[in-house]
Amino acid sequence: MKIHIKNGRLIDPKNGIDAVRDVFIAKGKIIAIGMPPDEFQASRIIDAQSFIVCPGLVDLSVRLREPGLEYKATLESEMGAAVAGGVTSFACPPDTDPPLDEPGLVEMLKHRAKNLNQAHVYPIGALTQGLRGERLTEMAELNDAGCIVFGQPDGLLPNLRVLMQAMRYASTFDFSVWLRPQEISLTNDGVAHDGEVATRLGLPTVPVCAETVALSNIILLTKETGVRVHLCRISSAEGLAMIRAAKQQGLPMTCDVTINHIHLSDMDIGFFDSNCHLMPPLRSSGDRDALRNGLLDGTIDAICSDHAPVDEDAKLLPFGLSEIGATGVELLLPLTLKWGMEMRLPMLKVLAKITSDPAEILGIDAGHLSVGSAADICIFDPEHYWKVTSSAILSQGKNTPFLGMELPGGIKYTLVNGHIVYER
Amino acid sequence: MINRNPQLDAHGVLQHLLTTEGLPASILLQILDTAESFVGVTERDVKKIPLLRGKSIFNLFFEPSTRTRTTFEIAAKRLSADVFNLNIAVSAQSKGETLLDTVNNLSAMNADMFVVRHAQSGAAHLIAKHVRSEIHVINAGDGSHAHPTQALLDMFTIRRYKHDFHNLRVAIIGDILHSRVARSQIHALTTLGVPEVRVIAPKTLLPKMVERLGVQVYHDMAKGLKDIDVLMMLRLQNERMQGANLPSPEEYFKYYGLTPEKLSLARRDAIVMHPGPMNRGVEIDSAVADGKQSVILPQVTFGIAVRMAVMSILAGNQV
Amino acid sequence: MQLPDAELLLKNLVKEIQPDVASKHFALIGIHTGGVWLAERLHQELAITLPLGALDVSFYRDDFDKIGLHSQVKPSEIPFEVEGAHILLVDDVLYTGRTIRAAINELFDYGRPASVSLATLVDRGGRELPIAAQYIGETLKLPTDKMLELRCDDHGKLSLNLYHKSLSE
Repeated sequence: MKIHIKNGRLIDPKNGIDAVRDVFIAKGKIIAIGMPPDEFQASRIIDAQSFIVCPGLVDLSVRLREPGLEYKATLESEMGAAVAGGVTSFACPPDTDPPLDEPGLVEMLKHRAKNLNQAHVYPIGALTQGLRGERLTEMAELNDAGCIVFGQPDGLLPNLRVLMQAMRYASTFDFSVWLRPQEISLTNDGVAHDGEVATRLGLPTVPVCAETVALSNIILLTKETGVRVHLCRISSAEGLAMIRAAKQQGLPMTCDVTINHIHLSDMDIGFFDSNCHLMPPLRSSGDRDALRNGLLDGTIDAICSDHAPVDEDAKLLPFGLSEIGATGVELLLPLTLKWGMEMRLPMLKVLAKITSDPAEILGIDAGHLSVGSAADICIFDPEHYWKVTSSAILSQGKNTPFLGMELPGGIKYTLVNGHIVYER
Repeated sequence: MINRNPQLDAHGVLQHLLTTEGLPASILLQILDTAESFVGVTERDVKKIPLLRGKSIFNLFFEPSTRTRTTFEIAAKRLSADVFNLNIAVSAQSKGETLLDTVNNLSAMNADMFVVRHAQSGAAHLIAKHVRSEIHVINAGDGSHAHPTQALLDMFTIRRYKHDFHNLRVAIIGDILHSRVARSQIHALTTLGVPEVRVIAPKTLLPKMVERLGVQVYHDMAKGLKDIDVLMMLRLQNERMQGANLPSPEEYFKYYGLTPEKLSLARRDAIVMHPGPMNRGVEIDSAVADGKQSVILPQVTFGIAVRMAVMSILAGNQV
Repeated sequence: MQLPDAELLLKNLVKEIQPDVASKHFALIGIHTGGVWLAERLHQELAITLPLGALDVSFYRDDFDKIGLHSQVKPSEIPFEVEGAHILLVDDVLYTGRTIRAAINELFDYGRPASVSLATLVDRGGRELPIAAQYIGETLKLPTDKMLELRCDDHGKLSLNLYHKSLSE
């Protein structure tokens, strides 16, 4: 199928382009930008007048809940939600049931995802067997099956000896290790930030030092092992300062933050809103402001949705018993745009945080619009505001703290490998 | 998003009693004043009045507590309501029924009021949010969050003995971190105009930024008890007496247990309160608990009247 | 319309009750709020020796489901033994009879009196229950949309006040 996208404002952060340019697609690839190639006959013309044409979004954390947790969401529902959010590539954490610690499971997931012919799925391999933090997984085998990075999600860091060896082993093959810094022994049964709100509500807490102590260990072990480390879901100003210093020392580190943490603080928990039960917890407004600025100065490399669809029953519980997480893959673009508008940033810089930068962290050839590259494209109307409601969200999980809010950015078309996989 | 106080309707009328936080002084005082009338009732030969005849009150105790449940049961029965005790800790929950399933089933049985006790902070709020609008919810203790009727009976007791809130120094002593009673006391005291509320505890038993609740923080009993009019002791849970929070009950008693010697540091006419059940020899010495400054038994008596007042005010506030 | 002078009605009432005081040894109980003012005056003028009682019938009203609990409930106080006593209930205005029903119910929760009589300043008719007063200051016919209440000024002087039902007290 040959597609001609015309009159759109093309924004490609990687190539530094922000201009009205037409895009020409054939055989799944971008074959020209600007002027049409000779004898180009489009079978479909997309008029992108007043729309922005940008690389398909890259999300560093989307949970599909398969295998094992299909009652929360299915591959079909969440893959559909991803492209409805303009996301064409995403990493999926290994915290499935069973965890992604065996090549067979990874191959199955890749295979099922590929058959749906929608976004590209990049499973994050489990760093340790069963994510139990005791024995290493067969990382090289898992890599052959399709895992390009390895992680230990949700703060379940192994003990320091196992962690050091896992980092060493991964560095042998030049795999990067993704870790969410949270010291489990300082977390206990905590569900909220250790501050005034938790004190008022009587909620058990996760202190900031749970993040900084873990960060300190990870930074020292990175120095020791030389592995590339990606730090997932930074939540505190203090943690951010440590990462800034580590980066300045030249350590091979990157980090991301979620759409929730750059907009919300523990105050948003209000009267025990379980949609705000997130991990790491929403911290103080001072932390939130530091994260917003950390993105600006480049300490934080990318924004992710940390998409976690949760079934309604699991949220209709007292705050501490409710399941952690928020749905978000469809809010990645709107909430990133909102951050950019509030910070008065140029679109080029804003979109880099959800296209080229995360693609680089993941180590994939995506997140840019170059001639010859795969035609993974997102076309959206930046002026379109829509209300977040359970019917507006396609994901099977309707759990988000942003329910009821009006957000900017309506996806019009999503293309993967030159196919229109979503349009409205 | 900041929501309206879920305890009040759009006109500011009390629909549920979930916490003492955010309620105007007028509502707290109305409860105390109404309770005064009920004290008269509880002193008569016939202790029952027909006010809530035909109403169904369900005691939903997801966390067992015979003591608290009994006081609510007596209060409801003295108001002629029909009382149903459900010890859900051992029934529905173990069958996999969710909290809200249980609540919906009971609502269908034409309940008028739920008295809820739960080990998780926010459980009463959750139930209040999801019950039919004509059902009133009373929080009988949720996690470490709130225990408003206990705090109100404490306020009632203070007013009985000290008459006025506006010239008092009050100290709350013990495990503030895990105490729903302490939180509700602090909000009630500050709302009613007590100018100085202190908390006294080792640092392991204090929540972060507790001073933001309007209290002064002390770690030393000798300094903290100086010029104090009212001492509110807290119960120390068994599982917190030794481990990462405290080394031993003996050390706690030595430094924070209320003995006659420590009590003598407060004002001579200071009163001593405790929400019960007491750990004698841990947070309080028997000589103090049974001494002439103790008002612990009157607290229990007033507890019935205060709960009668809360139940009748809520039942009368129709939507 | 011209309302009668409450002080004058009080005098009538005293005259009516006076002959029975000696034989019955009345114990006086006023019903909050107007009835208590009236009972205080009667207590004085009739030189009753037993202390005065007061009832707040809020907890016994039958319209609780409709209007809820009165926001300022006063404690009931009966400072004498009800068992075997000749009780004289005192209220300012007798109308539907529901307040008196509530008062008698409450009274019986204190004990079993030998007899209960009722004194009222104004009987305005309109009874909804089989209740009658033994001692009446005056009988008045009033429109049903009007409320009649007793007032007491700073010097203790009593007066009657008529207002429209839709206006709050």
